[in-house]
Amino acid sequence: MTGRVLVGVKRVIDYAVKIRVKPDNTGVATDGVKHSMNPFCEIAVEEAVRLKEKKLVNEVVAVSCGPQQVQETIRTALAMGADRGIHVEVSGKDYESLGPLQVSKILAALAKKEDASLIILGKQAIDDDCNQTGQMTAAQLDWPQGTFASEVTFEGDKLKVVREVDGGLETIKINTPAVVTADLRLNTPRYATLPNIMKAKKKKIATMKPGDLGVDMSSRVEVLRVDEPPQRQAGMKVESVEELVGKLKEAGRI
Amino acid sequence: MRRTLSSPTLIILQSLFKDEPGEIRSDRRLAHLFRSKLSFASSLRLIMLVRKVTQNAALCNAVLRLPPSMSGVQRRAGAVLTVQTLRPYVSQSAEAVLEKSAAGSDVASKAERVDKKAASVESKSFAVNMFKGQISTSQVFPFPTVLNEEQSEFLREIVGPCTKFFNDVNDPALNDQLEKVEDQTLEGLKQMGAFGLQVPADLGGVGLNNTQYARLVEIVGMHDLGVGITLGAHQSIGFKGILLYGNKQQKEKYLPKLASGETMAAFCLTEPSSGSDAASIRSIAVPSPCGKYFTLNGSKIWISNGGLAEIFTVFAKTPMKDEKTGEVKDKITALIVERSFGGVTHGPPEKKMGIKASNTAEVFFENVRVPAECVLGEVGGGFKVAMNILNNGRFGMAAALSGTMKGVLAKAVDHAANRTQFGNKIHNYGVIQEKMARMAMMQYVTESMAYMVSGNMDSGATDFQIEAAISKIFASEAAWTVTDECIQIMGGMGFMKDAGVERVLRDLRIFRIFEGTNDILRLFVALNGFQNAGNQLKNLQKALKSPFSNASLLAGEITKRAKRKAGMGTGLTLQGSVHPELSHSGALAVKAIEQFGEVIEELLLKHGKRIIDEQFVLKRVADCAIDLYAMIVVLSRASRSLSQGHSSAEHEKMLCETWCTEAYERIMQDIKFLKSGTSKQTFKNLRAISAAVVENGGVVSPHPLGF
Repeated sequence: MTGRVLVGVKRVIDYAVKIRVKPDNTGVATDGVKHSMNPFCEIAVEEAVRLKEKKLVNEVVAVSCGPQQVQETIRTALAMGADRGIHVEVSGKDYESLGPLQVSKILAALAKKEDASLIILGKQAIDDDCNQTGQMTAAQLDWPQGTFASEVTFEGDKLKVVREVDGGLETIKINTPAVVTADLRLNTPRYATLPNIMKAKKKKIATMKPGDLGVDMSSRVEVLRVDEPPQRQAGMKVESVEELVGKLKEAGRI
Repeated sequence: MRRTLSSPTLIILQSLFKDEPGEIRSDRRLAHLFRSKLSFASSLRLIMLVRKVTQNAALCNAVLRLPPSMSGVQRRAGAVLTVQTLRPYVSQSAEAVLEKSAAGSDVASKAERVDKKAASVESKSFAVNMFKGQISTSQVFPFPTVLNEEQSEFLREIVGPCTKFFNDVNDPALNDQLEKVEDQTLEGLKQMGAFGLQVPADLGGVGLNNTQYARLVEIVGMHDLGVGITLGAHQSIGFKGILLYGNKQQKEKYLPKLASGETMAAFCLTEPSSGSDAASIRSIAVPSPCGKYFTLNGSKIWISNGGLAEIFTVFAKTPMKDEKTGEVKDKITALIVERSFGGVTHGPPEKKMGIKASNTAEVFFENVRVPAECVLGEVGGGFKVAMNILNNGRFGMAAALSGTMKGVLAKAVDHAANRTQFGNKIHNYGVIQEKMARMAMMQYVTESMAYMVSGNMDSGATDFQIEAAISKIFASEAAWTVTDECIQIMGGMGFMKDAGVERVLRDLRIFRIFEGTNDILRLFVALNGFQNAGNQLKNLQKALKSPFSNASLLAGEITKRAKRKAGMGTGLTLQGSVHPELSHSGALAVKAIEQFGEVIEELLLKHGKRIIDEQFVLKRVADCAIDLYAMIVVLSRASRSLSQGHSSAEHEKMLCETWCTEAYERIMQDIKFLKSGTSKQTFKNLRAISAAVVENGGVVSPHPLGF
């Protein structure tokens, strides 16, 4: 099979950063906080690059939606081996309300525009944990989907996807074009090496607006409030089983 | 002593003492005037200076030869002049590596030419000027920002993957245990591009400048100094010679493979009988009669990467004929030697205290045929090559160690913030607080020095050797103290291998020893400074030869000294450079520079050429210089943070103020000691004690129990 793979890469707060909620409870603090590529997106990029290295696809295009800074994330994808990038500029209010629905519309529009034969996404992002974009994109395009992939192989013009499901693995065979979302064990992403980061500088990133793709950015979700998880209360030690049962009854647990 | 003063002298003096009643007609009256304001010794010297204005050039020349019959006072004055003859000695010896016989006559004359050039171009180096009691702010204020937008963006992009690599892939404890960089990690580092960070991009490297390089080795230093040495021995010294001195063919032939890590490099200077005294190497490269190759013989010890390298930068003596005299002398030449030339072998990996992950081995060269195209720089010019390689690499050590300190401080904080004793987290206790604060200060100073020096280098400064040496000395000692204190804070936990700090302490120990021991580098710092201060005095002497045309200069110099003595400000200031909120610390730095400049001049007048043998004095002078430079770098950095309104500005202000207050005290104490009579006696005692211990083969005093 030959063709073009579209890979979605999301810029998220780095996994190692301790998240702080803004004092006004409208969201989490992002200013001056370290950001990096969503780890599941890294796996998606790695898979796409491997497909290209096996000459199963021609071109890998990395896409990200967001403000200017997402270009750093696209650069990382380029350094890992993607051929070019597309930056869909979303900022201000639109960025605050940007969710899976809007992103899936953008990806669907791009897939048609770029004549992509495969879209690989991370199964979810570590910031909002939505786990919806892949599924919604498949629906927008009316393409088959292979979600939570731990193994992807081409069989003729079909795609065999091993899915991680509760209680084991499920193997499916789907037609292409298709949408695949990457699970943790699909691969181990490579490190962007310094020489490749340098080469990535020469690769092109096209910028466009959702409007250019005819995508309506209005959101149907309203965030009411964001709170820190409650502090864990200190536990206590009990001397005997009787005491334990007593305490549990007191707490209304049994 | 009764002499009548001539008119130019009177003009100068009358301008100086215009409020004094009565005429100044004689030395005696002059001495009285000075004595009323200044100490006797300094007034005497001033008189000497002034009186020579009245004497003719013939006498000035005569002083140069210093007949033994001259009075003590006269001889001392003459010493100022003799400092100029120090030049050839200082410029080489200074680099710690005392070139003796190798410094032939033409080296000396070359040094003199350089000397003249240097004298005509005023050095912009802060460190050079502080020895003259002057302030040169251009290299230190404002704190250098050398990266353009593209360079910092690129740096931002690569810092992430590098950090990640060291967090996820590299295992410092495993490397330490294996006594080598684990294979997969080494392979990963090569792919990462870590072996060619400063090789130009068109030759397969990453093309980093010094500041960008510093930022990356900081990450390496934070995680694993053993890996740091493997990488550093390869590119900071191993093939740095090719980068700095290689011609086009040499660069194209060697750099691509070195940058990719396909071949590794090593720097071969040290020999069994030649450590700090690098000029005494015995390895010898004899040119063939046809001139097409050299035959290299010799052995080198403690060579980092010695067992792994394919490409060696080797320093060996080559017999050279002096064109004029026909005399044959050995001079050092730098050669690129490939293992594949044949005759290159190495010993087993050395068992070391630390940096075990790095390979250290003896390397032997037996009748190695080295093509003439492999000479780096000029035949006979190898000493300069060696010194410049080392000089250009020192900032990297400061950068790496500032990273080490950052990592170690985080471990100490983690323990202190979580460990409860006597009902409180231990970070609430004063003794722990003092340790942590000092650790933070030392890290701040080191980091500031590293990026100050790398910034200076990137802006094209060539006169940074004192600063580079100071940064190496300071960083290696600060890192040792910080790591030692981290273990102390962690107590028994820190002593355990699992905590991972004992390895850092072992790894760190070598940094005070290699690439110029801190002791030799201290002499280097002091002697370099003295040499520059000596040149300034020499110029003053020249001016004295034609007093009429230089009257204003002389009056200025005399006034400066008189004011300094009288405890008045000499007009030196850091106002306008230092942020107003740090003006107190800035004033302390100015005072310290004034006092330092004065003591340097006094020492020069006192010891003259013999200053080079006064190591007790030189060590203390270097200590002052280090503290002084440290004051300036933190003043500069904290000022920048304050003016840019960084969120950490107030914290940095505290670091800076505390550092400056304490450093000022230390400098003053050292100066006071050097000026006092006690120092002479103390040094005498130290010498005698050492001599006795050496004589006795150890402790002299009998056991308190008598057996």
